[in-house]
Amino acid sequence: MSQFVGIVIVSHSPDVARGAAAMVRQMVGEEVPCAFTGGNPAGDLGTDPLKIRDAIESVWSEAGVAVFVDLGGAEMNAEMAVEMLDPARGKKVRICNAPVVEGAVIAASEAAGGSTLEQVCATAEELSP
Amino acid sequence: MTADVQDLRRQLIKTTAERVIAHAEELTTLDQAIGDGDHGINMKRGLEAVLADLDKLAEKPLGEALKAAGMYLVTKVGGASGPLYGTLFMSLGKGLADIPDRAQMASAFRAAVDAVKARGKSDFGMKTMLDVLGPVAETLEAGGSELTATLRQRAADAVAATKPLLAIRGRASFLGERSKGHIDPGARSSQLMVEAVCDVIEGRT
Repeated sequence: MSQFVGIVIVSHSPDVARGAAAMVRQMVGEEVPCAFTGGNPAGDLGTDPLKIRDAIESVWSEAGVAVFVDLGGAEMNAEMAVEMLDPARGKKVRICNAPVVEGAVIAASEAAGGSTLEQVCATAEELSP
Repeated sequence: MTADVQDLRRQLIKTTAERVIAHAEELTTLDQAIGDGDHGINMKRGLEAVLADLDKLAEKPLGEALKAAGMYLVTKVGGASGPLYGTLFMSLGKGLADIPDRAQMASAFRAAVDAVKARGKSDFGMKTMLDVLGPVAETLEAGGSELTATLRQRAADAVAATKPLLAIRGRASFLGERSKGHIDPGARSSQLMVEAVCDVIEGRT
């Protein structure tokens, strides 16, 4: 049973989300659970809180989940998604203040070493000015 | 009485949703100037989902209907306006009795405005929908005669007042000084909703 911190990538663009997740897999490996979602409910640029919630659930473990978002609406929809989770689970989800691509790769590297959610987020957030 | 209340609820939801949908192109044009140009189409998608469920929504108590409508906006809009308007309506729904008086409406609306502020990590004067919602909250709190006329005027003035503002939050803030000279699309959609509600209350629809 995976007890690595999970990573969720949220972008307005489905292509960016998919590409960033591919970078995580290639640079870090498969052992860190990583999910991605992008696009609004109509499939255009945007984000969908239900898909974000599902992505979080798909990588959730007791170790927690670090979420990476691109622009404002993505952050707010990620917050709504966390609020839709069971509150006990929601407490173990962090929306990291870090760039989505670099943040996700660095966070996954940190998570692969067995770090806690707090350590994973702190390392990724060092990237933000 | 019950049928009348249900009919009023139905009119409020229907008129508000249809008003914004009818102005979707205008909202998109405003958003193309300083945002990402999706405000009209996104609001239209969310509000069409609300209209599709109109019969069921109108049967619910007002608070429950607003919460359900807010949830549609959260799940269908897909842009920043989804969580913002969703938060507004869900919070409003939490605070409203089925037939609220002016004081209940004012306190529920103030709580909803605070919830939108928290969701968007924003405040008044940043060229957002809050610049309309704030004056509307103040007007509701002050009360007085001809409340709907005052609400219309305050909301219209508030939209116009966003034009010279520098955008501090949202996509428009990326433009810096270039965000000045344009009306904020979110402020305009908020005003459209206020006007629609006033129309229903005044019996114009």
